[in-house]
Amino acid sequence: MPERTCRIAIIGAGPAGMAAAVSAVEAGAENVLVIDDNPRPGGQIWRGETDDATAREWMQKFEPCGAALLGQTRIVAAPQPGVLLAENGAKTLTIRYEKLILATGASERFLPFPGWTRPNVMGAGGLQTLAKGGLPLEGKRVVVAGSGPLLLAVADEMWHMGARIKCIAEQAAPNAVMRLGLRLLGSPGKLAQAVQLKLRLFGVPYRMGWHPLQVDGADGTSGDDSDAPVASVTLTNGAAKRIQIPCDYLACAFHLTPRLELAHLLGCDTEWIERQCQRRTTVDAWQRSSVEGVYCAGESTGVGGVDAALIEGRIAGYAATGAQDRARPLLKQRDAWRRFADAMNETFAPRPELRMLPEPRTIICRCEDVRYEQVVAKESWRAAKLHTRHGMGACQGRICGGAAEFLFDWSARSSRPPVCPTRMKTLAERPSADQKGD
Amino acid sequence: MKRAYDILIAGGGIVGAACADELARRGADVCVVEAECAGSGATAAGMGHVVVMDDSEAQFALNHCSQQLWNELREALPENCEFDGCGTLWAAADEEEMNEARRKADHYAARGVAAEILDSAALAEAEPNLRPGLAGALFVPGDSVVFAPCVAKWLLDRAMENGATLITGKRIVELRSDGAVLNDGSIISAKRMVNAAGSLAPQLTPGIPVRPRKGHIVVTDRYPGFVRHHITELGYLKNAHASDRDSVSFVVQRRMTGQVLLGSSRQFDVTDAAIEPGILARMIQRALEYMPGLGQLNTIRCWAGFRAATPDNLPLIGPHPTRENLWLATGHEGLGITMAPGTGRLLADLMLDGEALIDPAPYLPARFANSEARHG
Amino acid sequence: MADAKRNGIKVWVNGAELSVPPDCTAAAAVARAGVTMHRRSVEGHARGPLCGMGVCMECRVTINGELHQRGCQTLCMDGMRIETAEVASDA
Ligand SMILES: Cc1cc2nc3c(=O)[nH]c(=O)nc-3n(C[C@H](O)[C@H](O)[C@H](O)COP(=O)(O)OP(=O)(O)OC[C@H]3O[C@@H](n4cnc5c(N)ncnc54)[C@H](O)[C@@H]3O)c2cc1C
Ligand SMILES: Cc1cc2nc3c(=O)[nH]c(=O)nc-3n(C[C@H](O)[C@H](O)[C@H](O)COP(=O)(O)OP(=O)(O)OC[C@H]3O[C@@H](n4cnc5c(N)ncnc54)[C@H](O)[C@@H]3O)c2cc1C
Ligand code: FES
Repeated sequence: MPERTCRIAIIGAGPAGMAAAVSAVEAGAENVLVIDDNPRPGGQIWRGETDDATAREWMQKFEPCGAALLGQTRIVAAPQPGVLLAENGAKTLTIRYEKLILATGASERFLPFPGWTRPNVMGAGGLQTLAKGGLPLEGKRVVVAGSGPLLLAVADEMWHMGARIKCIAEQAAPNAVMRLGLRLLGSPGKLAQAVQLKLRLFGVPYRMGWHPLQVDGADGTSGDDSDAPVASVTLTNGAAKRIQIPCDYLACAFHLTPRLELAHLLGCDTEWIERQCQRRTTVDAWQRSSVEGVYCAGESTGVGGVDAALIEGRIAGYAATGAQDRARPLLKQRDAWRRFADAMNETFAPRPELRMLPEPRTIICRCEDVRYEQVVAKESWRAAKLHTRHGMGACQGRICGGAAEFLFDWSARSSRPPVCPTRMKTLAERPSADQKGD
Repeated sequence: MKRAYDILIAGGGIVGAACADELARRGADVCVVEAECAGSGATAAGMGHVVVMDDSEAQFALNHCSQQLWNELREALPENCEFDGCGTLWAAADEEEMNEARRKADHYAARGVAAEILDSAALAEAEPNLRPGLAGALFVPGDSVVFAPCVAKWLLDRAMENGATLITGKRIVELRSDGAVLNDGSIISAKRMVNAAGSLAPQLTPGIPVRPRKGHIVVTDRYPGFVRHHITELGYLKNAHASDRDSVSFVVQRRMTGQVLLGSSRQFDVTDAAIEPGILARMIQRALEYMPGLGQLNTIRCWAGFRAATPDNLPLIGPHPTRENLWLATGHEGLGITMAPGTGRLLADLMLDGEALIDPAPYLPARFANSEARHG
Repeated sequence: MADAKRNGIKVWVNGAELSVPPDCTAAAAVARAGVTMHRRSVEGHARGPLCGMGVCMECRVTINGELHQRGCQTLCMDGMRIETAEVASDA
């Protein structure tokens, strides 16, 4: 089995991972390896694109910096300290490292409501990402719903791709969003963009305090028991008001949650932040996790946006190289971004009313088609799992786990290899040192 | 909540559940205390193979009577119990193993268990994804596969319909002669206690000869038709599965879901349930020798569980030799799912003075009374 | 390779040939072919991509004969064969 040995391994080539690589090399680290499941660097936000000035800046720093990039490669297990197991297409690979930086980013939170399983109901970032990958949006009617600043960014980008954005529905209450908006205006840099974007999208209704209630298909049915793709979505503001909007796509996600599979696998401590409805990796001032030699930066330490990801990545890159002095001037600014991120995450945490969204027959676990009525009375995630197969399918609770955490207060953490579906023969591989034993 | 019962059962795994079901059906006032949820523990980790084994006459007797009880249950079990009468293929790699297959066939035939020898070609037809060139197999059509956690849940539900009480999410911290102390400090009184805590039974009853024996399992995405039976290699005879050393053997099984379940490993003296990549890799390598195509299947999860092993590979069913009012129903090693119905029946026979379905002597904990005394 | 860049990449979606731009994912190719269903759920309902980033497994398709591949994380290659679960007939 091929092996790669490096001094610093960075998992994730998003803003945090790229910044970490650039900084580590700048501080003198040799043999830095960046690994990403995506084919190109840039993470979920840039995906190899350079339209945006910040993206261009970092791509230009990253590409020539000397760090090696392994694209389309996913880390699936950590068979022993200092060793990672990766899958690259049909190939399996062992990676040995001295220091590790986790920059695995976040994924969208999905909450179940009647009809959310229909074709063409996707995540907000999800549809955007698919569109960047070639899904044509020209002339398509898109409703954007859910929560978070991502809705605005996504609507803006899809509008530029030719989509007709019919409406943006933000579940957070108007006054909460306004409060954050005021803070945002006072804050520097990129995040103020969200407000500008909103202005640019003038003409597209931005409904705060509204959320999707149900999806109907072209066949006139609602709920999860039909093959018909989305034809319209009904939005409500919780009160008696409802509107039904015809659309070709519903792009819907309820803010982001950190991706922690690898942090958990490696044994890094994580913490649940109740007010943000979010679990994140615990790090110290130098982005060090609780595990010796393992650093963590970007969304996996708490959703914070691209600027927070970049600065954390830089700190982690310096710190992992032993160049704390270079990192020190950045700490104050990082802390400011973190405080803002906390306020943002509180603002966009799902409102308790959204717990009422599923109907008894609404599917909660999409992999196994388990319905709300089957699991609502269960005592725990484990009981739901063992007695109904909830969370036992191919995604292993990566989608329904976040929903269950919110809906039922169940903790669905798992720390077993493989962290994502993996060819069985990959798990048959053993690093050479291990093989000597027998 | 009522706090005094005839019988208190520690553990709601499939064995505790089967005991509760049988006792409650016969009118006993039963309470089951389960630390997690119904069918947790080894019951959730096991492969759910309901198999007649012939390592010893006593093992066969309990297995065989259990299998008959499984067949009675079969009709009543809901769909989520995934009862699948797919049968077992004991795969023979070479002529030596083929001889063992023939010996087993004769042994089964003499005891009224249907079994059929398949030659190399017939095996290839029965399981096209096995590597070509295996010597053949023994096919035992009466064996089956179940999803044990749901069976445990269903048995406990049925026990509750018959008046039993189930307490989940609470751990027993002490089993006394007149009841149990739970981790929240509450006390449940009972006239008699049954320790059915699986591999954790020695925590509640120190000194009983039960050792945890760890096993790893791998499950794939859905590939209907890839495997058509439960297949076990006969090579386990050679690779020391029965000894104290760490061992792996090729065991693969089709699930009603279309998933493929792969086992198995055996390790003593490990109590951490974490996946051990080294042994997992060995286990998969062994499987790939028999079924190379498995390598391409997507694995979605791996886990490990603990069998409750005893020195003579037979369970402990019956009164504790010295402790008053205490009964045991544990020590089933790798066959507790298979043997659960028979265990429930036998325990109820013994506790409620029924006529025992089979001779209980080989399973009585008293058989270890002397060695235990030596241990102090 | 240069040829592929100019003319696009040729793939087959459910047996129909299709030309897609470079860097197109298999999931996007399916959408370009006018197909909304990638797979059938356990109960038999149509499902398509959800997360777009390799997490949800809803975009699973058969690629070059290999089952359960994530369409959203797979780049189209010349000659790639992509199969989705077929839309059930109305009969
Ligand atoms: C779908 C989506 C779309 C988004 N779009 C926007 C947007 O348009 N505008 C905006 O401002 N913000 C957007 N965001 C938020 C944005 O991603 C963050 O604000 C910020 O860029 C995060 O940077 P990061 O480096 O922490 O993580 P990411 O950019 O998410 O990078 C993490 C990387 O780690 C990789 N990875 C994770 N696990 C593994 C593994 N096991 N093996 C290998 N690689 C792995 C991932 O493939 C990913 O490329 C989006 C988020 C998501 C989830
Ligand atoms: C990898 C593997 C594969 C296997 N494959 C098969 C197979 O194919 N066929 C087969 O027949 N058998 C198989 N087995 C064996 C089978 O799983 C076990 O023998 C059987 O599940 C034992 O059931 P049990 O109820 O005795 O124990 P468990 O299922 O372990 O149940 C004990 C219960 O007691 C509870 N408990 C423990 N301590 C306390 C306490 N202090 N207070 C309250 N509750 C407590 C636990 O939470 C647990 O739920 C396998 C086992 C393993 C590990
Ligand atoms: S769309 Fe979620 S994994 Fe591809």
